[in-house]
Amino acid sequence: MIVFKVNGKARTFDGDPDMPLLWYLRDVAGLTGTKFGCGMALCGACTVHKNGAAIRSCSTPMKTVSGSEITTIEGIAPMHPVQAAWMEIRVPQCGYCQSGQIMQAIALLKKNKNPSDQEIDTAMSGNLCRCGTYQRIRAAIHQAAKHQAAKHPAAKETA
Amino acid sequence: MKLIENVSRRGFLEGTLATGVFILGARLIPGPLWASEGEAAPAPLQPSLWMAIAPDGTVTIVAHRTEMGNGIKTSLPIVLADELGAAWSRVKVEQALGDPKYGDQETDTSHSVRDFFDLMRQTGAAGRLMLIRAAAAHWGVPAAECNTREPHFVRHRPSGRKLGFGELAEAAAKQPVPSREELQLNPRSAWRYIGKENHHLYDLPDMINGKARYGIDQAIAGMVYAAVARPAVLGASVKSHDDTEALKVHGVKQTVVIETFKPPHGHQPMGGVAVIADNTWAAFQGRRKLKVEWDNGSHVGYNSEEFRMTATETARKPGQVIRNLGDVDAAFQKGGTVLEAEYYTPHLAHAPMEPPVAVVDVRDGKAYCWAPTQDPQQLQKTLADLLGIKPEDVICHVTLLGGGFGRKSFQDFVAEGAVLSQKLHKPVKIVWSREDDIRFCYYHPSAAMYLKAMVGSGGKPSAWLQRSVFQGSASTSDAEVLYPGQDEIDNGWTDVPFDIPNHRAESGAARANVRIGWVRSVTNIFHAFGVQSFADELAHAAKKDPVQYQLALIGRDRKIDFSGTKYQNYGASLDQFPYDTARLKRVIEIAAEKSGWGKRSTELGKGHGLGIAAHRSFLTYVATVVEVEVDTRGQVHIPNVWTAVDAGTVVSPDNVRYQMEGAAVFGASLALFGEITATNGAIIQSNFNNYPIARMNRAPRHVEVHIVESEAPPAGVGEPGVPPFAPALCNAVFAATGKRVRELPLSKTKLV
Repeated sequence: MIVFKVNGKARTFDGDPDMPLLWYLRDVAGLTGTKFGCGMALCGACTVHKNGAAIRSCSTPMKTVSGSEITTIEGIAPMHPVQAAWMEIRVPQCGYCQSGQIMQAIALLKKNKNPSDQEIDTAMSGNLCRCGTYQRIRAAIHQAAKHQAAKHPAAKETA
Repeated sequence: MKLIENVSRRGFLEGTLATGVFILGARLIPGPLWASEGEAAPAPLQPSLWMAIAPDGTVTIVAHRTEMGNGIKTSLPIVLADELGAAWSRVKVEQALGDPKYGDQETDTSHSVRDFFDLMRQTGAAGRLMLIRAAAAHWGVPAAECNTREPHFVRHRPSGRKLGFGELAEAAAKQPVPSREELQLNPRSAWRYIGKENHHLYDLPDMINGKARYGIDQAIAGMVYAAVARPAVLGASVKSHDDTEALKVHGVKQTVVIETFKPPHGHQPMGGVAVIADNTWAAFQGRRKLKVEWDNGSHVGYNSEEFRMTATETARKPGQVIRNLGDVDAAFQKGGTVLEAEYYTPHLAHAPMEPPVAVVDVRDGKAYCWAPTQDPQQLQKTLADLLGIKPEDVICHVTLLGGGFGRKSFQDFVAEGAVLSQKLHKPVKIVWSREDDIRFCYYHPSAAMYLKAMVGSGGKPSAWLQRSVFQGSASTSDAEVLYPGQDEIDNGWTDVPFDIPNHRAESGAARANVRIGWVRSVTNIFHAFGVQSFADELAHAAKKDPVQYQLALIGRDRKIDFSGTKYQNYGASLDQFPYDTARLKRVIEIAAEKSGWGKRSTELGKGHGLGIAAHRSFLTYVATVVEVEVDTRGQVHIPNVWTAVDAGTVVSPDNVRYQMEGAAVFGASLALFGEITATNGAIIQSNFNNYPIARMNRAPRHVEVHIVESEAPPAGVGEPGVPPFAPALCNAVFAATGKRVRELPLSKTKLV
């Protein structure tokens, strides 16, 4: 029996311990905001947070999530600054990869309050977008950094 | 018979029939006069239903075309909302089921707005007039004194009285439908949303919080999950299979053999063995444990490298003449400087981020499906044929698409689900892995092109010969077909816009051994690559500036004369949508100016270069300037792209920028990395490791889009940005390195 949390809620799982977290989230828990893209950690569509860090849920077996805190796009507080920036810059086209992009961007901004273009490229290059929204993603991350800094003046100084 | 009809008493979509709702439809299909009130008419004669106003003021507008990142679920409804006088914030957009009553629903070749712009305006204007007349009648004032200048209200100008759309809905529904002659379309100056920046994608909020529902997110009670082991070679069938190990996988229930199609393959399943399980992962795992022996058919002999050599040879010889001006042979015999070049582009896969997936429930003689399809009516036909039921008994819910790019114009994946659901008497969710998607695609054809020109002293050609050889998509319905369809050879080939007295375009024969299907922007991808690369080669050979050379090559302002050809002009009339060289030159001038062409190219450092290409496709004119930086390892970086686009009247400028920005990334993917190969009939690539698409660190860093203001009728937006990108990039690489790229992907050419 694997015991863990998803979006703050306690969960247990006693199925195939090799099942990737992605398919648990989608097919078992019904949390379909996290997307399937490649199954090999090549595209980032399945990005969620494990204890606050971005991971690829398609390549994370259930047996490795025991005791951890998983956060999916559904568990992000409504209108997180990153989501607000995504709205303002109108990032999505088809939208399919955007849950993963947003989860990756939130994890980036947690570690780096004011990333440079270069740092954004490095952090986001594992997340594919076939529609080609990269330019807007980069702009939205800068915008979100500004939002966060404005909300938390202390963050400004360290930025 | 009226174009627009009041169908308030006939119900609207599913379960929205309520009293006091005002509903307008439009008749798209000619048929006998509308049956008397309350009498159900046969489906093909029903008017399509476009909008409804509920007593609470909610305006519901139907989106009948597929949303896949193209923005169409917003672009057409907002046109109707604008004419109606509605506030966009009060509009609810409902996706239509697949149904011929909506007219064309095949969302490809970038014609949604072009084909439905007028109908949306007329329907909205009819609704507005009926609301105004209802209000005027209520107040006992002339309708001419009322307007909808305040969104969602009818106001009586002299008295200042106003009534909301919701309050007026019931009375408006009782007004006679105005004739087309009575309709007064808003002048452009009064447009509130069309051409404005004040709206975003309808589904944007859901897309950023994980609530948007794509095909892969559909689920119905009692459904099982299926993954199919398909034959690597087209047309192969299951000789035997052993599912002993597969059935031991936790969650696997059973296996089912799917018969291989009888040629032609069309939209049918490829055949194979399906593993049925109670979740996707178990189905994938079970499939991995299957042992299948295949009977390979004739396509096992297909090797893409051999095709390249054969097609290249074919392009060296005379083919079918598509367009012929003057006398090319005589001109070449006169003698002069002759340049020739051969270009080649490989197969491509669409690789939408959401792989093919569907939920299908076949029961009681009907098939219910939830599918990310670009063509729901084709889906209805395909499933009807397979299941032996009527197309109208296929109820197709079109979900949001996680990208399409042409892949989801084919219904084979939904057909697999239907076959399985029929056999299992259960709803089935069929899920394709990325490997399935890349190995069992309908591939963009590989193309060999040969170009030859004779240039005079000024560098301008006096004779030009062009030959193109590629597998036609008609091979999906006729395995013996050898020449491309007229539309396929037209795009970017019949319509080369250069002003050359002796000019011949030809097409050569090629046999398809894999399923062929178009990737975003169709044959324009390789035709623009061949023609625009060759034009650049001629410019450099003549020691002319490529921009000035291209403008001279296009020549005087004119509407191109296609007499003597069978040019189809994307299905549009040449009167309404002529090929206007002035518009093409204009976008070239704008792209060049915005990029600082000339000044900038002299300022760029070592390893940097600018390239330009221009192309009209889907009736839209696009010119793109690409700046490249080729580093010391020969890796290509794309710091800047400038695109100028003339798409006629634009509904959403932001969506045009979106599509052009996206097209640059899509173009970069195919130009830098895009290559599908086959050995012994089997596709070699399988996932994003060996079929890469551009990541953020390799994609164009900055794309600047300039939209030409135009009152011409609306043209295509989703695809036209793609074709000029690859040649502009390769022309920039030449400027930076002196290396000419004649084969895609670019990684084939050693740059250092």
